[in-house]
Order: sequence, then C-alpha cells, then structure tokens
Amino acid sequence: MKKNTRVIAMVGAGLTAVSLLAGCGGSKVDDTTSASATSATTDAATETETETEAAAGGETTVEGPTEAATTSDGTTCVDTSGDTIKIGFVNSLSGTMAISEQTVNDSLHLAAEEINAAGGVLGKQLEIVEEDGASDPVIFAEKAAKLIDSDCVAAVFGGWTSASRKAMLPVFEEKNSLLFYPVQYEGLESSANIFYTGATTNQQILPGMEYLKNELGVTKLYLIGSDYVFPQTANKEIKAYSEANGIEIVGEEYAPLGHTDFSTIVSKLKASDAQAVFNTLNGDSNVAFFKEYKNAGLTAEDMPVISVSIAEEEVGGIGIDNIVGQLTAWNYYQTIDTPDNQTFVAAFKAKYGEDRVTSDPMEAAYVSLYLWKLMAEKAGSFAVADIQAAADGVTFAAPEGSVTVVGSNHHITKTAYIGKVREDGLIEAVWTSDGPIDPDPYLEGYDWAAGLAEGVQ
Amino acid sequence: MGVFISQAINGISLGSILLLAALGLSLTFGQMGVINNAHGEFMMIGAYTAYMVQTYLVKGAGASFLLSLLIGFVVAGLLGLLLEATLLARMRGRPLDTLLVTFGVALILQQVARDVFGSQPKDVKAPSWLSGPLHLGSYTIPWTRIFMFALAMFCLLVVHLVLKLTPLGRQVRATVQNRDLAEASGVSTRRADHMTFFLGSGLAGVAGVAVTLFGSIDFNLGTKYIVDAFLVVVAGGVARLAGAVIAAFGLGLMQAFVEFPTSASTAKVVVLLAVVLVLVIRPQGLMVLRTRSLA
Repeated sequence: MKKNTRVIAMVGAGLTAVSLLAGCGGSKVDDTTSASATSATTDAATETETETEAAAGGETTVEGPTEAATTSDGTTCVDTSGDTIKIGFVNSLSGTMAISEQTVNDSLHLAAEEINAAGGVLGKQLEIVEEDGASDPVIFAEKAAKLIDSDCVAAVFGGWTSASRKAMLPVFEEKNSLLFYPVQYEGLESSANIFYTGATTNQQILPGMEYLKNELGVTKLYLIGSDYVFPQTANKEIKAYSEANGIEIVGEEYAPLGHTDFSTIVSKLKASDAQAVFNTLNGDSNVAFFKEYKNAGLTAEDMPVISVSIAEEEVGGIGIDNIVGQLTAWNYYQTIDTPDNQTFVAAFKAKYGEDRVTSDPMEAAYVSLYLWKLMAEKAGSFAVADIQAAADGVTFAAPEGSVTVVGSNHHITKTAYIGKVREDGLIEAVWTSDGPIDPDPYLEGYDWAAGLAEGVQ
Repeated sequence: MGVFISQAINGISLGSILLLAALGLSLTFGQMGVINNAHGEFMMIGAYTAYMVQTYLVKGAGASFLLSLLIGFVVAGLLGLLLEATLLARMRGRPLDTLLVTFGVALILQQVARDVFGSQPKDVKAPSWLSGPLHLGSYTIPWTRIFMFALAMFCLLVVHLVLKLTPLGRQVRATVQNRDLAEASGVSTRRADHMTFFLGSGLAGVAGVAVTLFGSIDFNLGTKYIVDAFLVVVAGGVARLAGAVIAAFGLGLMQAFVEFPTSASTAKVVVLLAVVLVLVIRPQGLMVLRTRSLA
C-alpha cells in the first residue's frame, strides 16, 4: 500500500502539472485586449510568418480561381463588374478569443447593414464573406489568404490579438491586399497594407499618464501588470515618461497570468506611499486584484487605479462594487454623449439586444468599415493602390468623435478619454483630450522615448 | 517587524485557501488513491453554484453566501458521487487510468461551463459583513481572509471528527489501511468509497464557494487551484490530514515571505523547489501513514 501511494503521489504531481500547463495555455489567450496576446507574438511571429507563406503559396497552385488572384504585378481578381462588392470578415468565432471577437464581428455586421441600407459603396451592395479565425494566428493567416485569393474580396476586416495581426501581415503585404485592424495595440508597427483603427500607445497610455500628472497631481506612482511582454513594454514607456516628468515610480510588480492571490502585492502597495496605480494586468487577474484591493480597505478616493484593459464588458465580471470609481484609459465609451454615438448605441442595441454594451474595440471595428467606404468613394475605386493613395485625410464622424486617417502610418487620429466606472457598470469620461490625437506608433515625437523603440522590438 | 507580521498574516490566509482546496483532495487522493484531476472543476461548480444561488434564489449577498456554502457542498458532492459510482468504481487500483479519465471529465466540465455561462467571469457579491478590513493596531486584515481561515479550520475539524469518531470514518480508515482485510471483516468498501468521494468533492464545492471572495468566477477557476492542491497533498504526505495542514500553511507562508522582497513569479519558483526538495528527502511526504500492511 505504501509503495502504491508513493507511485500515485509522484505520478499525480507530475501529470497534474502537465494538465495544468494545458489549462494555462487556454487562460493566457483568453484576454480582452490585443495587448494580452503580445507575449506569444514575439516567439510566434517569426514562426508563423514562414508557415503562412508556405500555406499561402500552396493555395495559389491548388485552387482554380487563384490563377487570377492578386499578384505582385498588381493584377487582382476582385470583381467590380456586378452590382455587389465582396468584403471579408475574419474574426475568431470559436476558441478562447470568441467571446471578445464576436462583439467585433457583431459591430462589423451592423456597419455593413447600415451601409447597404444607405445604398452601398460606389453604388454596389456589400457582400460579406465570413471566416472563423478560431483563435489561432495560423488559421487567421490561412483564412486571410483564402479571402484574398479564392473569394477575391476587396478588403478584409478583423483580427484581435497582436499574434493574429502579425501572422496576417505578411499575407496582406505579399498579396497586396488590405486589412482593417480594430483593436488598440502596443504600437511599433506600420504596414502599407494594414489600416489600424484602434489606438496606438500615444493615444491611450500616454493620455492616461498625462491625466495622472496634470489632473490628479500624482508624483508617486505604482505599476502593476501581468508578467509578460505587453505590460513590461508599456511600463518601460511609462517609466521613461515618468522620469522626464518628475513622477517617482515607487513600485513595480508583475503577477503571473492567472495569479489568484494578490494579498502580498496589495500589502506592498499599501506599504508604499503611492498616490495612484497604473494597472496593465490582463484577464481574470484583474478580478482577484480589485477584490483584494477593496477588501484591504483601499478606495478609489485614496489611491485611484487607472487600467488600460478593462472595458464595459469586463466590469461585470470584476463586480461593479469592487471597481466603481476607478479609472480607465480608452478612446471610446458607451456613455459618450454625442448624437453619433447615441445613434450607434441605439442601432446596436436594436439589433443585438438591450442588455448588450458597446466598447472601444467594437466601435473601432464599426469605424473601420466606414473608413474603407469613404476611402473607396474618395478614390472612386476599389483598387488597393487607389485606396492607399486616397487614404490620407479621410475623415469620419465616428461615435468616439471625428477620426482622420493619417496616410503616412495608416493609423487614425483618436480622441483619448479617461473614464470612471459608474454605479451602473458603464464608464463615463471624466477627461477628454484636446481633440483627436495624431497617431505616433513609434513615439518619434517624444524626446524621452528616444531609444525605446529599439529596446522593445 | 511590521512587514513580518503582515506577511505572516498573508501567508496564513493563503495557507487556509490552499488547505481548503486540498482538504477534499487529501480525502479522495490520499484515502482512496484516486488521482482526481476534476477536483478543481468541482471547485468551479461550487463557485458557479454561488453565482446561481445569488442570481436566482436569494438576492441578499450575506444569506446567499452562507446558503451557497451548503448547496455548493451538496451539488459538488453529488456530482463527485456520480463520477465515482459511474466511472471511477470501475477502475479501482488503476490510478493512472483514473488520472486520464478525470482529466477528460475536467475538460468536459470546463467546456460545459463555458457553453452555459460564457467565458466572461461572473460576479458573486461578497456579504457586506465581510467587506473591508479589521484594524488591529497598525495592521489591517481583510475580513474575507479571517473568514477563510475560520472556514478552513471548521472544515478541517469536521473532516477530522468524521474520520475519528463516526462508524463511516472507521470504515474509511480501515479501507485505506488494508482494503482486503477491511472487506473480509465485513466493511462495505464500496460504500466507504462512495462516502469518501462525496465528502471530498463536497469540500471542493465549499472551497469553490469560498474562493469567490477572492478571485474570478470563470470556467478556468479549477485549473488555477488544482496544482497547488496536489502540491499540498503530495508534500504533506498523502494519507494524513496533519500533513496537509502543515504543507498548506508551510507553502502559504513561504509564498508570502519570498514574494515580499522578490516577486510573485520568483516566489512560485521557490515554493515549487521546496516541494521538490521535500519529495527528494521524504518521498512519502512530510507525514507518513504507518500500517502493518505488507502491500
């Protein structure tokens, strides 16, 4: 018996660890911002790129219609002769990212429906070809290639994690097609074949820092994040900014993804004389952190926490009681009080139900389809080169406020909003940037950021 | 000194979470030799029970939480019983098979939870009498953590009394020490197994309800605790409650004291190294069950 038990014990410990690793793999991706997948990006990107090219190459020879597909000499199989034009949506409708990406898919469909009802683009009705990225960057790349070569779509909309974007990037560049990517991300990227309609760092994280410094007068800041690339990258920028602006970083803590016990981190936080916390935690760690924060007797009045990955959809899971009054940095909230946003929210709720909320990535996806429409109309053409040429300066009255495409880096100007979580679980802007902020994905316009780009690439 | 005391409190509180998560496991794994990978999912079921009770049965956070502890115990216990009676009973004495089967069951339960409740975490409101901290001089201890400690101690006491004093406990202990002899003496080992598994899974349910005070209630909840629970049971010695208690508080305190000057990730590494070291020096764990059995 004794011997038996021992064997059981050893095997049990070993195999549980293995099964756990499998479980962790899932939880790691199950986050809500593009930021969350960044850790995988660095290792996966190189690997995926080669695989992608192989896959794409294979398909060109196998499938019939691809003979006429877009090639490097600029010819294209996009059919513009009929009274419809095909566009592609690629979102994860299955797998761990489905919960987040379904919302983006929903708002893309809403935009397409509205555009069709208003007469389509250049007189053509939109015909949607939908593919499931299945939460897997490799599948994203394959589906993107399929949409371009075999479905001959004029443009593709979607992607969420940075890993999925990085996997699709070589496909769109090689086949010279267009991707509209709707999620805030870590910056340091710019492709002629991608339009980024989510925020880059200087449109989300920096406004958050400016708010803390100018509005709250914070001079001692505590950094808490998940232990992987995005929070560490973001914190590098935050530390560089702080050094240049006289803010002292009094603590910097990283918790493993899926960390459940924040008692020690909160103890350290309490022991410090920090005036505010910059939170780059991702996923369910936020729940454990905010519960501990509240249980330890800390409040938003004493020590506000500003978060960059908690949107309307996450508030419910954390518990409104635990996060009410805390701050967030985004470029859109459901509560933004403009006629454009009220129309958007009302249309969304009418289509998908009163209990649904709208969030930043959803709005960015909605905007992306309209921007493509406006670019095509300005160019008078669906051709990639014409759209690229026409993109600069295209402006749309988005729910978040006016946005303008910047041709030089294919990002868009975005208004930054610092929000506060309300009693009803929605987020209300308490500070707004002076108009839309020009995108600066490589932080070139900031002296203190010199050298950061090389450091993190 | 201040840091020492506050970290000791954090460590004890973490230890009581570990203990509660591991207590049920030490019964099913330690007493029965079943490697139940679905133990974490029984915790998840407990947590979702708390959510369901609060959403559909009793709105008041305080009453619903206490009620959930009871209902969570019964629901998880019955599911455990079902698992035992339908699957595990067929593979007695084949621990490796139980490992794979329960791993499969764990995956199924996770996916069912995701389909039913979605991937976004659910919120269970903590009772108002547990909000905020207790101020003790310059120290503050969250009431949730005091409650957790009390609950872990209560469950430990109940399990101890059940094993020590009741006829069922005697039968369970007899079965653990020598299954054949127990059976020859007229003990229904099958019944003893059923009851052990009911109790063990039910305790997982209670732990699941309790951790809603601290963390996220999602389909992944179980995977976050199962490794720590196994570590506690294995390091403590599989067949002894005292071993689990020492291991739980030992690991909790170690995590807290190492984490303070370093980081959460480093502390995890140190804790795992410590467990490896314990097993190298004492492969049977800290506490060993002495029997006259020859097997």
